[in-house]
Amino acid sequence: MSIGTTLKSSIGAKALMAVTGIILVLFVIGHMLGNLQVYLGADALNAYAAKLQSLGPLLWVIRLVLLGTFLAHIIAAIRVVKLNRAARPVAYHQQKDQATTFAARTMWVSGVLILLFAIYHVLHLTVGVVDPAGTYGALDSEGRHDVYGMVIAGFQHWPTTAIYTVAMVVLCLHVSHGASSMLQTLGLRRPGNASGFDKVGPALAIFLLIGNLSMPLSILAGLVG
Amino acid sequence: MKLTLHVWRQAGPQDRGRMEMLQVDGITSDMSFLEMLDKANEDLIHDGKEPVAFDHDCREGICGTCSMVIDGVAHGPQEGTTTCQLHMRAFKDGDSIHIEPFRSRAFPVIKDLVVDRGSFDRIIAAGGYVSVNTGSAQDANNLPVRKKDADMAMDAAACIGCGACVASCPNGSAMLFVAAKMGHLAHLPQGQAERKERALSMVAQMDAEGFGACSNHYECEAVCPKEIPATFIGSMNREFLKSSLCPDS
Repeated sequence: MSIGTTLKSSIGAKALMAVTGIILVLFVIGHMLGNLQVYLGADALNAYAAKLQSLGPLLWVIRLVLLGTFLAHIIAAIRVVKLNRAARPVAYHQQKDQATTFAARTMWVSGVLILLFAIYHVLHLTVGVVDPAGTYGALDSEGRHDVYGMVIAGFQHWPTTAIYTVAMVVLCLHVSHGASSMLQTLGLRRPGNASGFDKVGPALAIFLLIGNLSMPLSILAGLVG
Repeated sequence: MKLTLHVWRQAGPQDRGRMEMLQVDGITSDMSFLEMLDKANEDLIHDGKEPVAFDHDCREGICGTCSMVIDGVAHGPQEGTTTCQLHMRAFKDGDSIHIEPFRSRAFPVIKDLVVDRGSFDRIIAAGGYVSVNTGSAQDANNLPVRKKDADMAMDAAACIGCGACVASCPNGSAMLFVAAKMGHLAHLPQGQAERKERALSMVAQMDAEGFGACSNHYECEAVCPKEIPATFIGSMNREFLKSSLCPDS
């Protein structure tokens, strides 16, 4: 069976979602760990940003791979949602959930919100189109992009921090179901490890929530910057 | 006890159907849910009305024929129990009970609460079997089976094919059923020869019937009258992906 035929099947579509999900989760973790250097001060964060920029063509390769992964994840999600809606044309008058979670029931909603946030986030801190603090493009004393100054000024603006806070809660809701699901979809979840694997998603979500929210909230509170 | 039933009535496959209210009296707590419906039907027949059609056969929880969603849960409120083994002691006098058929594109309603589950038969026909040569049966101990494998195969083989997994899944997915049938044979030596073809053809038939894709809500596991764990779905995913991506390994 070719990989194309595999992907066309329901399990193949889910596997594509799981594999792309793993790449996206690894990216989100790496992105957070990089950003946490904001606590090390302006020099550390600006040097990190300058190092990423100096990758040149490699940076573009990474960006394109991430974009492709993101698109494949979305396409697989649209297919699965369409398939699943078609599978129950007549709804129940009464249906009581026994096991599912809020996060699982709202995956497509959180997915759409994350897409909108990702667009906003790139426009805000990568491209500088949305720049309420007016600090995009400033240079530090060593002539590097002053990412630190931009982040501090950005999150001292409370509406920006509010948007990021909501977005992080939504992202973590998505990850809490998705990260456990991918283990089942790829066939790694077994009777012996099921209860442990089911905690992977929520644990990862809490880790991301604490790490990612600590930055804008501590900046808004004036603890950093 | 006296109960108010809200039952799905649909004259035939083409009828749009609607919920209908029925009053039933003289129900005792030791009656099964199906006996309660029998009583409601006797009253309907006595009044010259059409009785409610519902599927039933063994009435002892092993055939998988009874199929209805009771108060929003497939097979009703009691865990690990088929509708026929659900007894009226689970309800109180004066209760209102909603009864609907299993809902799925692949389970079209024939009449009232009766749905056509032929799609399950076609999935089994696609690969849920082992081919054996005819002749006299070989000695039972000729094929040693590890205890662990025998237990796993038995857990999966407990599936009675009722379709509650499909009915309860928010996605109308049949993956617990297919995974149980596949997992049963994958753990036994007799199932090895056709193992890969089985994984591919059963999944292909499942998709062709219009069932949804699992998104790990685990509602199926919660309502399964035989309490088959959803870890079998993980095993099926592994079987399918291995069989389709490395057919020769």
